[in-house]
Amino acid sequence: MESGPQKRTPLFDEHVALGGRMVPFAGWEMPVQYEGVIAEHNAVRNAAGLFDVCHMGELILEGEHAIAVVDYLVTNDIKGLSDGQARYTACCNAEGTILDDLIIYRHSPTKVLVVCNASNVEKISKHFEKAAKDHCEFRDVSEETALIALQGPRAADVIWDAKCAASTQKLASFHFAKDQVGGVDCTVARTGYTGEDGFELFCAWNDAPKLWRALMEAGKKHGLAPIGLGARDTLRLEARLSLYGNDIDETTNPLEAGLGWVTKFDKGDFVGREALAAIKEAGLTRKIVGFEMTGRGIGRHGYPITDAAAKHVGIVTSGSPGPTVGKNIGLGYVPTAMSEVGTKIGIEIRGKVIDAVVVKTPFYKRKKD
Amino acid sequence: MANYPKDLRYTKDHEWARKEGDLVRVGITGHAVEQLGDITLVDLPAKGTKFGTHERFGDIESVKAVSELFTPIAGEVVETNKALDAKPELVNEGAYDKGWMMVLKPSNPSEVDSLMDVDAYEKYVASLDH
Repeated sequence: MESGPQKRTPLFDEHVALGGRMVPFAGWEMPVQYEGVIAEHNAVRNAAGLFDVCHMGELILEGEHAIAVVDYLVTNDIKGLSDGQARYTACCNAEGTILDDLIIYRHSPTKVLVVCNASNVEKISKHFEKAAKDHCEFRDVSEETALIALQGPRAADVIWDAKCAASTQKLASFHFAKDQVGGVDCTVARTGYTGEDGFELFCAWNDAPKLWRALMEAGKKHGLAPIGLGARDTLRLEARLSLYGNDIDETTNPLEAGLGWVTKFDKGDFVGREALAAIKEAGLTRKIVGFEMTGRGIGRHGYPITDAAAKHVGIVTSGSPGPTVGKNIGLGYVPTAMSEVGTKIGIEIRGKVIDAVVVKTPFYKRKKD
Repeated sequence: MANYPKDLRYTKDHEWARKEGDLVRVGITGHAVEQLGDITLVDLPAKGTKFGTHERFGDIESVKAVSELFTPIAGEVVETNKALDAKPELVNEGAYDKGWMMVLKPSNPSEVDSLMDVDAYEKYVASLDH
């Protein structure tokens, strides 16, 4: 259990006023829910939702070699980004296991923003600072940078009504631009963690309440709701987006974690490349899979996965009801031989093995217009 | 503030018990439901199972968490709420009526009187807040 004093984001008072139930999360007091997890989940799938993600970490690397430094520290190709483009990546240690998953934003040929998970800020900040030494400037701007996510099919309507530039509303996926929204200077990115269209807005720490209120106001007629960590988790799980600390961590590598698509062996050397090449060469012993419960039960984080003979063969990393898919779903590691879609597995729930089946992921995919 | 029915008895684990002739109906309180949030699964025991006082008789799951259910009194299960299998959200909709969990035949008919009454339970819940 987490204890001790928790930090507050600049939006703490907004959450309390909106009836948010505050809980400790990665050292922060964050809203786990307002109206209820399922209602909030549905608001994001059907209309729009607003998330406080100020707790996430932001690092800036600046200088001639900034891009090269970041590229060397992550598995995806950063050298190939253009200005105003962002990319999701894993960040590994020399053993090829995952230190964190990140989004890298190229502001200019000499300026890169790295966004990391709240739980990993200290570790990733040190890791990048060490690598930057003597090569480029490094700044951890986590506690002066606020981040608000606006997600859902109506997100573009909401941001428009909060007075953004026409070009911002039309940003392509994984692109970003500077703008003023609701009278607040911010950097707006077409990114998110829900499987829906949407935006993530960076602004100065103290400007966050003004931006939050402007978006809430603009969102009224579009059905915008504030969304807590509970629905953030069910939304990302249905979209099969990894959660650090659950699905990926320092005991898992990107190849078995389904992150081979962000591991570019041909981009040049990077930390973990050699180890990952050897793992690939030897063949994966296990893989993360999506599963659906066919028996009555919810396979949750840490529950054993069994084979037909009820023998423990793997472990559930994430699991919950999927409100949109209408099934109890989850992710977990199984031996490679059991990773084919359709494979019958069991999840041991409080001593009883309940039937489940390996299914194709993502569990939920939005209809593109 | 939740409104707790006056005709029920309560436990510190937030179960309620209602005397119905020789039998006792059991459920969880509005306070428990509020804490749990959206209920997504209720696991109840088989008819005929015998329990002592404060024994785990089942589990209740919300989207985020699993919680154990404890018997308010000792007794034998004579009926469980089958409707919760398909519609666990009935517990959210009506904790004291359609969201009931089971009916017990008490081992000791007077045990239920030893549980907290509504005043005592209200005070107990108030003492938990912050």
